[in-house]
Amino acid sequence: MGRTLYDKLWDSHVIRAYDDGSALLYVDKHLLHEVSTPQSFIAIEKKNRRVRRPSANLAVPDHVVSTVDRHLPIADPLARAQTQRLVENVARHDIPFIPLNDKRQGIVHVIGPEQGFTLPGIVLACGDSHTSTHGAFGCLAFGIGASECGIVMATQAIRQQRARTMRVNFVGERSPFVTAKDIALALIARIGANGAAGHAVEYAGPVISAMSMAERLTLCNMSIEAGARVGLIAPDETTFAYLRGRPMAPKGEMFERALAYWRTLPSDSDAVFDRELTLDVSQVEPHVTWGTSPEDAAPIGSRVPSPDDEAEPTRRERRRRALAYMGLKPGEALENIAIDVVFIGSCTNSRIEDLRAAAAVAAGRRVADRVKALVVPGSGLVREQAEREGLAKIFLDAGFEWREPGCSMCVGMNGDTLAQSQRSASTSNRNFEGRQGVGGRTHLMSPAMAAAAAITGHLTDVRKLTGAAS
Amino acid sequence: MTGFKSIESLGAYMPEQNIDTDAIYPARYLLLMDRDGLGPYLFRDRRFDKDGAPKEGFILDTEPFSSAEVLIAGSGFGCGSSREQAVWALTGFGVRCVIAPSFGEIFAGNALKNGLLTLALPEEMVARIGAAAQRGARFRVDLEERILCVDNEIVASIDLPEGQRMALLNGWDETDILLREEGEAISGFEAQHRMAQPWLFSEQSK
Ligand code: SF4
Repeated sequence: MGRTLYDKLWDSHVIRAYDDGSALLYVDKHLLHEVSTPQSFIAIEKKNRRVRRPSANLAVPDHVVSTVDRHLPIADPLARAQTQRLVENVARHDIPFIPLNDKRQGIVHVIGPEQGFTLPGIVLACGDSHTSTHGAFGCLAFGIGASECGIVMATQAIRQQRARTMRVNFVGERSPFVTAKDIALALIARIGANGAAGHAVEYAGPVISAMSMAERLTLCNMSIEAGARVGLIAPDETTFAYLRGRPMAPKGEMFERALAYWRTLPSDSDAVFDRELTLDVSQVEPHVTWGTSPEDAAPIGSRVPSPDDEAEPTRRERRRRALAYMGLKPGEALENIAIDVVFIGSCTNSRIEDLRAAAAVAAGRRVADRVKALVVPGSGLVREQAEREGLAKIFLDAGFEWREPGCSMCVGMNGDTLAQSQRSASTSNRNFEGRQGVGGRTHLMSPAMAAAAAITGHLTDVRKLTGAAS
Repeated sequence: MTGFKSIESLGAYMPEQNIDTDAIYPARYLLLMDRDGLGPYLFRDRRFDKDGAPKEGFILDTEPFSSAEVLIAGSGFGCGSSREQAVWALTGFGVRCVIAPSFGEIFAGNALKNGLLTLALPEEMVARIGAAAQRGARFRVDLEERILCVDNEIVASIDLPEGQRMALLNGWDETDILLREEGEAISGFEAQHRMAQPWLFSEQSK
């Protein structure tokens, strides 16, 4: 019987298989950022251990860094200390590091692919749940906790339970402005925030084959919002073309050798998945979320649902709580919801393609009067390219703020936060209570939809603004 | 880490789905670099208002449930961010066991590293156990005997992979074990892997 991509990645990294179904896996690469690793280094050093293979790691500060004054010291003493701690830790252990003032600096899940650190066929771990992003390259990438970061650094290995496999086949023609983000939200709305728990999800089908790496990264990024620790896409010519010439990718003859191996990775045609699902993207509309879980997503033309439609009590209770938190009433049209802040950024949607999509909507228009709108590129290189392409000017002319790269308002640890009861249109991945600031209310959507909301001041079907409505 | 053998306590019920790690431990406290003493930040924004004044009605602040070492919740408990602080805050507060229909996978992995037992049980059983908790039932979670008792009646067996059970019972340091027992296997694998995929070992990425 044939093997799935997941099976191949798993099998090729088993150091030891245990009786209880778990296995010790070799970890090829480890990404580090400032927030999830201070305790990991303390654990390593308390026992006088060393990092086993420093060059298998790459560290960058991203979560707590200011997106305004890059040349100044970080104002918040705790954030400054945490960033400084990373600098010291990686120096002591000889770990490759991209410092804050380096133009390659950016969100860990943006720079991994950008630098060619992320490669097909590898096992990649990072103390961050959105590590699923990297699966877009056909590698086994998953988030781990701080203790596990310490284990990985000290041993280059991690014990894991094997996941069940699930394939989602995307078929049909997308209409304009239906992006990877909308497809991800539609999928999560259908299967639930827990719907893929215990599974490694492979995204497949003609829609995926036609996607750019940026869109694949967006889709795999959101896997964790469906409960799946691992998202996967088979590497193909799009993947290989993206990787060729990246600074940390193999070069010359070594690239060709790697390529020959990478071509063997896609799931065999007779491979059997534990679960299969088909989603017809021709039925998908641009989506927004209305609640406090990514599964609370709906087409922009619809209305806020009622908790009473939920039969199961804990689900009904969560919905009731979500609407109270969001300050919304059942039956309200989503398009009528006024917003205060727009955030275009995060590891989900801060790549150059995302900024182009948002700029295309913003061009020649103005951000609505009371709206504060931020564009935060995913990396310094994305920022530089956007400036070269004239996107930065489009944003600035339209009244957006053009920021330095980092996680920013996705998680609100760097001072970029929503105030109590403020409402955002955000291209990030989590609309949890308080995610963007205490009492802040988040509506998730694509970059083009967020730009449209910035222009009109309320949630908006971008197709109406651009004349693409059918 | 100390080992988990058995506990007896009240159960606190949060009948809610998808309680995420941002709710359990808000991101702004991730700036602290400690792992001890995080109990006060557990569910911070559910328990305290902006100025730090306690809010009414949060179950773990409501007598007699403030002493509960067992927390019962809806499916998807601990979904979202990988922050281990969610676990450290729970254990710091005194919670030793969480029962839910399902868990965020990274959260469950983190729990295991810190002596917090996560027990996944069928949804309707969790609802029943939760209702019993609300009535003040006594819980006994015994990992040696592998049983969960509610008011002295066995309601479920604890069905963990043996490796995880032993790790919890003994409070082992996993890195120690791996280096001691698997050090050679890791090196052996690494040597083979280097031959097969040399592009992963060109130490050029500095
Ligand atoms: S952008 Fe947001 S989701 Fe992505 S790594 Fe940063 S904080 Fe996490």
